[in-house]
Amino acid sequence: MLEVRGLKAYYGSAQALFGLDFAVEKGGVTALLGANGAGKTTTLRALSGLIRREGDILLQGKPIDALSAEDIARLGVAHVPDGRGTFTDLTVEENLRLGAYVRSDRSGVRQDFDRVFGYFPRLAERRPQQAGTLSGGEQQMLAISRALLMRPNLLMLDEPSFGLAPLVVAEIFRILGAINRDDGVSMLIVEQNASLALDLADSALLIETGRVALSGPSNAIRGDDAVRRAYLGY
Amino acid sequence: MNEFLHQLASGLALGGVYAITALALVMIYQATQLVNFAQGEIAMFSTYFAWKLMDSGWPYWRAFATTVVISFVGGVVIERLVVRPFAKAPVLASVIVFIGLALIFNALAGWLYGYSVTSFDTPFSGRPWFGNVYMSAHESGAVAVSLCVLALVYAFFRFTPLGLAMRAAAQNPVSSRLVGIRVGWMLAMGWGLAAAIGAIAGMMAAPIVYLDPNMMAGILIYAFAGAVLGGIDNPFGAAFGGFAVGVLENLMGAYVVGAEVKLSVALAIIVAVLVWRPSGLFGRRLVARV
Repeated sequence: MLEVRGLKAYYGSAQALFGLDFAVEKGGVTALLGANGAGKTTTLRALSGLIRREGDILLQGKPIDALSAEDIARLGVAHVPDGRGTFTDLTVEENLRLGAYVRSDRSGVRQDFDRVFGYFPRLAERRPQQAGTLSGGEQQMLAISRALLMRPNLLMLDEPSFGLAPLVVAEIFRILGAINRDDGVSMLIVEQNASLALDLADSALLIETGRVALSGPSNAIRGDDAVRRAYLGY
Repeated sequence: MNEFLHQLASGLALGGVYAITALALVMIYQATQLVNFAQGEIAMFSTYFAWKLMDSGWPYWRAFATTVVISFVGGVVIERLVVRPFAKAPVLASVIVFIGLALIFNALAGWLYGYSVTSFDTPFSGRPWFGNVYMSAHESGAVAVSLCVLALVYAFFRFTPLGLAMRAAAQNPVSSRLVGIRVGWMLAMGWGLAAAIGAIAGMMAAPIVYLDPNMMAGILIYAFAGAVLGGIDNPFGAAFGGFAVGVLENLMGAYVVGAEVKLSVALAIIVAVLVWRPSGLFGRRLVARV
């Protein structure tokens, strides 16, 4: 689905990524792990065209490294950004409609509305409510739903567990698993909570200061002693 | 009493012009946090364009519609060519660009059309509407047109996908790009809409204040005052503020201080309101967490 070779990224003149290589299989889930400041969020921003980057990024075999963020989104890359990217002054319904902004298949959009309300019934109850008044967990659900309304090929999630209560996190990860299984959406997921991410993912990579330190199937990563001590805490 | 109602009603006519000009200012402000000081001069230039069309024999409404469309395109072009290169520049650079635009359009109009004061046609002539003795037909028409513009703009932003995308782009550009909205074009559309609204404001104002290259200078100040009075981050508040300033200006001129200093007194009242409510009557108070 996604193939990345030699990805470098920059904030102004400061280089943040130093040549990452990894892939997300079609229908697969890849977890992107690492400490604070390692470059996880930067990687997602580079992939979706929000910051200056170099290297080969192939989406379904087609290069997207020279495209603008708008065009990458239109190719079906949905990025749920850190901080959730809620349109706080708009209603829940309007937030969702924006997810479907570039689509013209009205009946498909209606189906997808029903689908996300099936996953997150609480959003259905809050349709006319101003999105900024939702709780953190509800805003995360809204951000995921907005991304799903793009009917994405690749869903990129930046710390979906951030700042949420454990029960809410468990629910969100259960639903992400269902989305991956039922709809075959490929995912690239950035997480601080490594154990949670490895449960969902089939492959994983660990980055340190902008370089890949380790990569492989999630079981192998989970078994790695260094990862276990540093990120899983046992 | 009759005289009072008359003053009140004719304040509403220019108030409508202030209201839609304030709305145009708010549209640009919400997207860029900048006040477009060239809004008035661009509107004046559009009004001259309409006058030229009518002068060459076009019927009023055809000239009106053509001017609105051309102004929209002109607004988009100005954003693309002149404003966009300064998108990431410091605020003062943009302010200088706006002031420069205002001076350029003012000089251009003077050079093309001269500085003499010209009368401008109104489509609303003849007897007052519905036996309304307090307003001339043009004043009633101007209020009606202003209200139509406000309603149309509201409906556009509230009910159309493009309007929603423009609101989204103004509010959260990054999230907008991530759902595929072309944020740069939304901004250009905003300039186009503001220029089109400005053209309508100019054409409604010109029969009252007469056409000359400086006709919009005072109107822009009143509209800006109205926008700040109502709350510059709130389109409804800005429109209300525009009407309020129009009425206030007229009543002040007629009853309190005379026409010479009515501007100062109206502005003094606005300052007083802002001391009491710094974000305007309907503005949202921004509270920063420390």
